[in-house]
Amino acid sequence: MIPAEPVLEVEDLAVRFTRRGEQPTRAVDGVSFSVAPGETVGLVGESGCGKSVTSLAVMGLLPRRGVEVSGSVRFQGQELVGAPDSQLRRLRGADMAMVFQDPLSSLNPTVPIGTQVTEVLLEHRDMSKKEAVDEAAALLDKVGIPDPRRRLKEYPHQLSGGMRQRALIAMALACSPRLLIADEPTTALDVTIQAQILELLRELVVDTGTALVMITHDLGVVAGLCDRVHVMYAGKIIETADRHDLFARPRQPYTGGLLASVPRLDGGRGAPLTPIRGSARDTIPWAEGCAFAPRCDNAQDDCLTEVAGSTVSLEPDGPGRELRCRHPIQYPPSTGGATASGVLR
Amino acid sequence: MLRFIVRRLLQLIPILLGLSVLLFAWLRALPGGPAQAALGERATPEDIARYNELFGLDEPIYVQYLRFLGRAVQLDFGTSARTGRAVTTEFLERMPGTVELTIFAMIFAIGVGIPLGYLAARKHGSWLDSTSVIGSLLGVAIPVFFLAYLLRLVFAVELGWLPGSGRQDVRMDATRITNFYVLDGLLTREWDAAWDAVLHLVLPAIALGTIPLAIIVRITRASVLDVVNEDYVRTANAKGLATATVRRRHIIRNALLPVSTTIGLQAGLLLSGAVLTETVFAFGGVGSAIYEAIFSRDFAVLQGFILLLAVVYVLINLLVDISYGLLDPRVRAR
Repeated sequence: MIPAEPVLEVEDLAVRFTRRGEQPTRAVDGVSFSVAPGETVGLVGESGCGKSVTSLAVMGLLPRRGVEVSGSVRFQGQELVGAPDSQLRRLRGADMAMVFQDPLSSLNPTVPIGTQVTEVLLEHRDMSKKEAVDEAAALLDKVGIPDPRRRLKEYPHQLSGGMRQRALIAMALACSPRLLIADEPTTALDVTIQAQILELLRELVVDTGTALVMITHDLGVVAGLCDRVHVMYAGKIIETADRHDLFARPRQPYTGGLLASVPRLDGGRGAPLTPIRGSARDTIPWAEGCAFAPRCDNAQDDCLTEVAGSTVSLEPDGPGRELRCRHPIQYPPSTGGATASGVLR
Repeated sequence: MLRFIVRRLLQLIPILLGLSVLLFAWLRALPGGPAQAALGERATPEDIARYNELFGLDEPIYVQYLRFLGRAVQLDFGTSARTGRAVTTEFLERMPGTVELTIFAMIFAIGVGIPLGYLAARKHGSWLDSTSVIGSLLGVAIPVFFLAYLLRLVFAVELGWLPGSGRQDVRMDATRITNFYVLDGLLTREWDAAWDAVLHLVLPAIALGTIPLAIIVRITRASVLDVVNEDYVRTANAKGLATATVRRRHIIRNALLPVSTTIGLQAGLLLSGAVLTETVFAFGGVGSAIYEAIFSRDFAVLQGFILLLAVVYVLINLLVDISYGLLDPRVRAR
């Protein structure tokens, strides 16, 4: 599939949190990616790697105070970084929408579900109140909520977790956005519900050609949904590949570690999991080498220093792949795709 | 809902019984009895004995208590030793004054407190914010009687802008219907009487409303700051709603939940008698009646008033709980 003109182009996006009396924190640093209509792009990484901040920066939802956003976010050709609030509000909910992680806390507990759906319609579409209610019922029906008329009058606490997430998705879909960002939409849900929600999102992409950015730490979600995957670590993208390449031949040792730390059915019972050493806190600033080096099994001296003259850079690594690593995982050419990680799902 | 209300009303019974026992014992443990207070220092033991016999104070305490209880269930709390009038009648005369005062004090506290707290939160970290935080600290810390004297001295005595004592100008011959002076003035179309009663309420209401005001400012501010960071506010912004809609529907509404509890509790406190304020402004409400009754050892008035106030307090709290259910659907469900 040749991607059409991208809906979203993020270039060199950086987000710094500044606090009086403290060193600014670089939450996101030089992130670039793009999403075409009908395409699903995954942003993958551990908690705190900057994937959620990236999505909030794209939506312009970061607080203005104490946050510096630089770089470029072009949505359907419009530059969003530094755009006035009124312009962002026109786009948000209408052309670009977002589904959040925790459906209970993301819904207003004191406002009926119906109002929370219709308010988007009334804000962005020329509709009467009654038309909006009808449309809201249709939306709930479309995302698989039974008895939508009754549900419209109910409050978030009266819905199950899966239904709340469906309601949130209905709100996001209300104005048929060109771009949907889903920030860990299944994290708070049961596994069976997870699968249903993912299926719903997949249908959406197929049916409407919406561009989907999937933010997740769950490699199962990536395997099931994403066309292209960007792995993030400490605010930077460290590996980009399409789904199959990534699972077959992860090159960044971090990606390899992520894949190896997933429990496997064919590993035998009692076989120890192989987690990545240390935690996300054990990083060094990118300016001093590779942030992952302290936890990396492949790390050598030149990963920790500026031997190459500057920060480890993101470089092309074969067709459709990019890699930020000086000592990537090597694969003997003869064995093809058989790898350390095997195939997930 | 009905079961909830009935249960709460039934809970009143043990509360009132316990309170009445405590009151009874406590009052009789006070040095100097009602006879001493009524007859003065030079009363002979014979005078005191005769007085006690007359008012049934010579009988054993439990007999007095049971007799009191028997009449109290018929809403008869005896007669005031000081004025010779029925306690219930006195209460019905005095309570409207306190209610009016409470209403005005709460209007002042809410009307100023919520907007101020909200603005302080929106301008978090600005001079307005710090001023309101410091101001509300002062408001809680300043003794009520001091503030009351200060207001009275400045605005009533020195400047003469507002009346400084009583509920109505004594020269005003107003008709009484409900003993709510403002309401009476409106009902009888005696506009000048109503306006005069309002003017009499201003200073005491400000003095009395200052502590609730300070508390409301702080709770509103803290609550808005909390809610602004809630996920659902982010969702509302992600939906591209107009700023005004986000504020009204998603921030203010939720932020006012804890404020409404505070308002109810504060109103309950004020209703149970603003002794200090009413005394400074010679305001004929429940608070000043209790103050007078303590000094004259007026057992009947003290027992009756305090028990009735306990009923009022519980009823107010019940109202708060019910209104909370109206505001927050999560509470309603239970």
